[in-house]
Amino acid sequence: MLSKRSLVGVRWNFHTLAVLFFMLIGIQAFAADPAVDSSDEAVAAGKALFNTNCKTCHKLDAKLVGPALRGATDRQPAENVKKFIKNSAVVIGSGDSYYNDLYKEYNNTAMPAHEFLSDDDLNNLLAYIEFGDKVDPAAAAAAGTGAEGGAAVAGGGIPNEYLTVILVVLVVVLLLILAVLGLIISVLTKYLNKQELDEDDQEFVSQKFNLGKVIKSDGFIIIVTALVVALVAKTAIDGLYSVGVQQGYAPTQPIAYSHKLHAGTLEIECQYCHTGVEIGRSANIPSPNICMNCHTHVQNVQGKEGVSPEIQKIYDAVDNNTPIEWVRVHNLPDLAYFNHSQHVKVGGIECQTCHGPIQEMEVVGQHSALTMGWCIDCHRQTEIATEGNAYYDKLVQIHADSKDALKVKDIGGLECAKCHY
Amino acid sequence: MKENKKTYWKGLEQLSNDPEFVKHADKEFAELPSSLSEDGSASRRDFLKLMGFSLAAASLAACEAPVRKAIPYVNKPVDVNPSIPNYYASTFSSGGDYASIVVKTREGRPIKIDGNELSPINKGKVNAIVEGSVLSLYDKQRLTGPYIAGEKSDWATIDSQVKSKLASAGSVKIVSNTILSPSTLKAIQQLSDAVGGVEVIQYDPISNYGISKAAETYYGTAGIPSYSFDKAKTIVSFGADFLGTWISPIEFAGAYAKTRKISKEKPEMSRHYQFESNLSLTGANADYRTPIKASQSGLAVLALYNALAKKAGATTVSAPAVEIAHLEKAANDLWAAKSAGLVVSGSNDPNVQVVINAINELLGANGTTVDFTNPVHFRKGDDTRMNQFVNELKGGQVGAVIFYNCNPVYDFARGAEVAEGIAKAKVSIATNGTMDETASLVQMVAPDHHFLESWNDFEPKKGHFSLAQPTISPLFDTRQAQDSFLTWAGSTTNYYDFLQLNWESEIFTQVETGSAFQEFWDRSLFNGVVAIASEASAPAAPVGDVSAAAANVAKAYKADNAGAELVLYTKVGIGSGAFANVPWLQEMSDPITKATWDNYLTVSQKWASENGVTMNEGQTSKASISVNGKSLVVPILIQPGQAEGTFGLALGYGRTKAGRVANGVGVNAYELLDASQGFVNFDITSGVEVSATGESYNIARTQTHQTFMGRENVIQEATLAEYKNDAGAGRYHPEIYKDGEFVKPSKISLWSGHQYSQHHWGLAIDMNSCIGCSACSVACQVENNVAVVGKQEVLNRREMAWIRIDRYYSSDAPADDLRGMEVASENPEVTFQPMMCQQCNNAPCETVCPVAATTHSSEGLNQMTYNRCIGTRYCANNCPYKVRRFNWFKYHDNKDFPANVAQNDDLGKMVLNPDVTVRARGVMEKCSMCVQRIQAGKLAAKREKRKIQDGEINVACAVACPTDALVFGDMNDANSKVSQLLKIKENTTSALKEVNEERAYHVLEEINVSPNVWYFTKIRNKDKNEA
Repeated sequence: MLSKRSLVGVRWNFHTLAVLFFMLIGIQAFAADPAVDSSDEAVAAGKALFNTNCKTCHKLDAKLVGPALRGATDRQPAENVKKFIKNSAVVIGSGDSYYNDLYKEYNNTAMPAHEFLSDDDLNNLLAYIEFGDKVDPAAAAAAGTGAEGGAAVAGGGIPNEYLTVILVVLVVVLLLILAVLGLIISVLTKYLNKQELDEDDQEFVSQKFNLGKVIKSDGFIIIVTALVVALVAKTAIDGLYSVGVQQGYAPTQPIAYSHKLHAGTLEIECQYCHTGVEIGRSANIPSPNICMNCHTHVQNVQGKEGVSPEIQKIYDAVDNNTPIEWVRVHNLPDLAYFNHSQHVKVGGIECQTCHGPIQEMEVVGQHSALTMGWCIDCHRQTEIATEGNAYYDKLVQIHADSKDALKVKDIGGLECAKCHY
Repeated sequence: MKENKKTYWKGLEQLSNDPEFVKHADKEFAELPSSLSEDGSASRRDFLKLMGFSLAAASLAACEAPVRKAIPYVNKPVDVNPSIPNYYASTFSSGGDYASIVVKTREGRPIKIDGNELSPINKGKVNAIVEGSVLSLYDKQRLTGPYIAGEKSDWATIDSQVKSKLASAGSVKIVSNTILSPSTLKAIQQLSDAVGGVEVIQYDPISNYGISKAAETYYGTAGIPSYSFDKAKTIVSFGADFLGTWISPIEFAGAYAKTRKISKEKPEMSRHYQFESNLSLTGANADYRTPIKASQSGLAVLALYNALAKKAGATTVSAPAVEIAHLEKAANDLWAAKSAGLVVSGSNDPNVQVVINAINELLGANGTTVDFTNPVHFRKGDDTRMNQFVNELKGGQVGAVIFYNCNPVYDFARGAEVAEGIAKAKVSIATNGTMDETASLVQMVAPDHHFLESWNDFEPKKGHFSLAQPTISPLFDTRQAQDSFLTWAGSTTNYYDFLQLNWESEIFTQVETGSAFQEFWDRSLFNGVVAIASEASAPAAPVGDVSAAAANVAKAYKADNAGAELVLYTKVGIGSGAFANVPWLQEMSDPITKATWDNYLTVSQKWASENGVTMNEGQTSKASISVNGKSLVVPILIQPGQAEGTFGLALGYGRTKAGRVANGVGVNAYELLDASQGFVNFDITSGVEVSATGESYNIARTQTHQTFMGRENVIQEATLAEYKNDAGAGRYHPEIYKDGEFVKPSKISLWSGHQYSQHHWGLAIDMNSCIGCSACSVACQVENNVAVVGKQEVLNRREMAWIRIDRYYSSDAPADDLRGMEVASENPEVTFQPMMCQQCNNAPCETVCPVAATTHSSEGLNQMTYNRCIGTRYCANNCPYKVRRFNWFKYHDNKDFPANVAQNDDLGKMVLNPDVTVRARGVMEKCSMCVQRIQAGKLAAKREKRKIQDGEINVACAVACPTDALVFGDMNDANSKVSQLLKIKENTTSALKEVNEERAYHVLEEINVSPNVWYFTKIRNKDKNEA
């Protein structure tokens, strides 16, 4: 295992870079083999096949473990591509020069056989490869700004920066008003001093502001005491509420694994590694054998020579049969029962809803508070995904008269024994 | 108010209205923990201590949470997913007992055993011992590797020593309990071939040799027949506890219950007569029970034979006259039932069993209810051969002896002689998994895997096979005993391959499947059982004669024996004592005596009165019992229904080397067994002397711990004839006066009533099929991580069981004085009532909780939230059913509760159910209706986008119940079994369901708490309502 691995280190030389460059700028220039179906149905079916079978190693328009696929039928006839997908070893063994070059270019990394794909499957797959998810640079740019704008709006109406500006402006205005008032007082006092006044009025006009007296007054003491007590109480209560809440907890892990790279840049589905998320309570921390699906081939981050020391830790775990001791980030108390499949599979909730922008996290941290209040809030607001789920039929029927949508709270989602038993 | 004039009582102290009993009954909780001061007030010091503790606790809580690890597999097995259970079909077998099981594993750890529904023998059901046996896997007492001369060794050393020693040892004997495995016998045969002859001697701690021997005498072939209790209309049992411990109790209980289930469509049930000395579980369920002396039992059988012979026109045998109540009636009923009659006897005397065979032959029952052509292989131990072996061992004639997973030093009648003889054998080896009484005396111990770690096969009945497969990798450096035999035979095949080869050549060839062997093997392993179709054969024809046996019986038994008699029996929970180190079984209340953690001498009230022995709850005194020179001092328990002049004592206790839990609990009664007549005799009728010593003792009994304060309508019963007239016979219909008229209690309520839009979980309990076996209560303990509190805490009335089985005696006479009590307790009727949280719709507990820790769910459940509970115990005070349990202590991770193995040591904790919280100190707990199973079942349905099917969610107690007395389901689903049973027709979302079944009632209906648990009246097949 080990010796084999050392042979397939990805070497980034000028040649490969040049090829990549050529491929990248050539995207728009490629024309697909006319035999490839371009109907929407075929593309959709092909996308599903791509996601299950190819996505781990390929992208359409960029190189991953294997080459970027778009234009494959332009570079070679569709029939050859199909043969290669079905069983690459046979094609390479037959001495086909194009594919042999490709094989060498990718450091003799063999692509697994896909004999189970039917001819229709292959056609659909090619349809997706050639016509699916085309990225129009202008549209992409527009979509990017659009997404940012959307995020800002979702943040609660007014962005934070504006709030600060408004506050500063308000303070300045208030100070100006104060200054103007002070000026008015001094002008008026001067004017009055020039007038003839009786003794009482004279005393009133010339009185000095006595700070000591104000501080000693009962009203002031009461107000200040009340404020202090309220502040201390609030701090204490907030402090107590935060006992055991580990929001933001982002411990250093034994392997500097980056979700940003895997889930963000490489767009690997969460479920590819977290296999339990749709079937059980635990999402599963992937075992090294899942890492090895890719890391048998990928031994370092792009552009680096040799085996990455972090990836080496996976190899060590496998070779020495010692498990990797990850630090648990999300620690629900033992008394709370949580089941991933209920939320992800049944409820159709995105991972990011609770775990935050995991695809942007270099080191995973606890995004949500994971307090009971946080759970309950969501249960109060979330509508149930009843569509096509016969389990909910009766509940939907009973709820039909109500104006509001059927939410988790309406079917016992706030009851104790849903999570505590 | 009440039609039936019986008095119901849980114990004699209640019957006599003892002041001590009344004092305890008035209080919800016995007394405060000793740590609080006597007068209940707290001192200044206490206050400061508490202050200090609170400060420390608060600052500790504020600290950073500890770093917790999440450690995945290195190479995750494809079918093991964290949090998702896997189930494997396997087989339980011990001491000749058998059950085909399904083992639930979580993350590779077996945590629960259920019955295998595909098994034609135990039909998906289990008993308390099978249920509890999973904890024996995690017993710290288990050996962690082989031992030579008491020192830890290794397998290579032991193998070379055994091989060389066996070759020169001369005669080699393997001593074992019944071996049900054909492949094991074949492996032993290989060893035999290699060392020049090995004799296998099989014995069983609880012997049924008499039946086998009688079959040999009477039918020409030894063997224990198959019994079909489900085909019987009249059942007569002479001391056979077939529902509790006799031969194959799980199978018999299921079949028996079929004949006891009654409905408007089938208003018929079997009639059951029991003649016995001790009040057994089976006797407690009989319609007519007659206490007889053990010395009369043979004569009673003869009298029955003669009565039937007269009717049949056959020759009668001469027998001394004996007066036995109900015997004539039994004979009449049997004769009316003819081939649908069934007579069984628990006697191990072959002569008695020959007469029993003759009786069944007279009835024509041979071939219908008794089948000798399809014998069972359970308990085929040979007492005669074992006796000879002990003589040979003592005489130094045995070269090498291998004890194959058996413990004769403890559980054979002549254990002391075996212990003495072992030293005289040149080579002595044991494969026992623990250093028990026998293993600790041998030269070499080659410990076998636990049965949950082993491969094996079984042939419990002719043509019925089952497989055992490992459900966990071996925890220790043990080796399967069959592998040891094969290694010692010089074979290099491992037992797994050996087993497969044997199945390929022996069993596969008999099954016409037309498929490949691998497919057959995979399917068999998946199903756990394989049946080979056999053509129906004619019933066995008698070859022997009854007269010789009858003459022997007439000689050996006496009509009026003046001396004391001792009847040794086994308890449902402990059995032979092989699993005595499982604390769940020790703490399970015995169905009859409701005692835990002890064995004791059961005596009649008459003997107690005469000897000045009194008993109040657990406070009792001791007696000295001597049997032909051997004497023991045991606590006394006054047992209603105990035949006068007889005493009962349970086997399976008094272990000395079983482990931390069982050592020193009770006394070992095996040494009192009599093996002098060639068979192991459990009825000692001569040479018994009993005298009260006056030394006081406490037995931890739970029988009076929760009482209904004299509200006797909790039990509602009728006779079969009354039921046929009126399906609602025996029902009590309370009425409340309101606005000038009497109305049903359910018409008056403060509450507007809950609405259950999706599910409404309910439980229907048929008191006619509940036999009281307590399998449910152990199943509940395993499923719900219920703590074991130990004997002292049971004495303090703080047992934690979520489901208890209330055992009520009933008698006609009130007991105002001792004489009255003797009459009342001579032979009372018994009723069993499983009692757990009733999940009330108008729950009294919910309204009094100051912190809303117990609340109502939208599915009819009464929820208990541990983390919100502050322990005021108001809820328990307000619970009319007394089903709430308080955690007086921290029972987990606490060295003061060493018996709580499942929560106190690292190994034991592996059995805990990860889906159920282990409760902390100071919180209340109670039956949750297995809410974790309900949630899991709902989630599975949601994931698959479908409705829940009836039966896919089931509570642990109902799954275990061998008689299907408990039926759980959704009462909102008109097609569910529970709705059908209760005859709920209307499909409504209201909490108040209209139940049309006449037999169904709520316990304490008059207080209208509106439980979701319904009970069905008990129907006795008696001529008239009498106790």
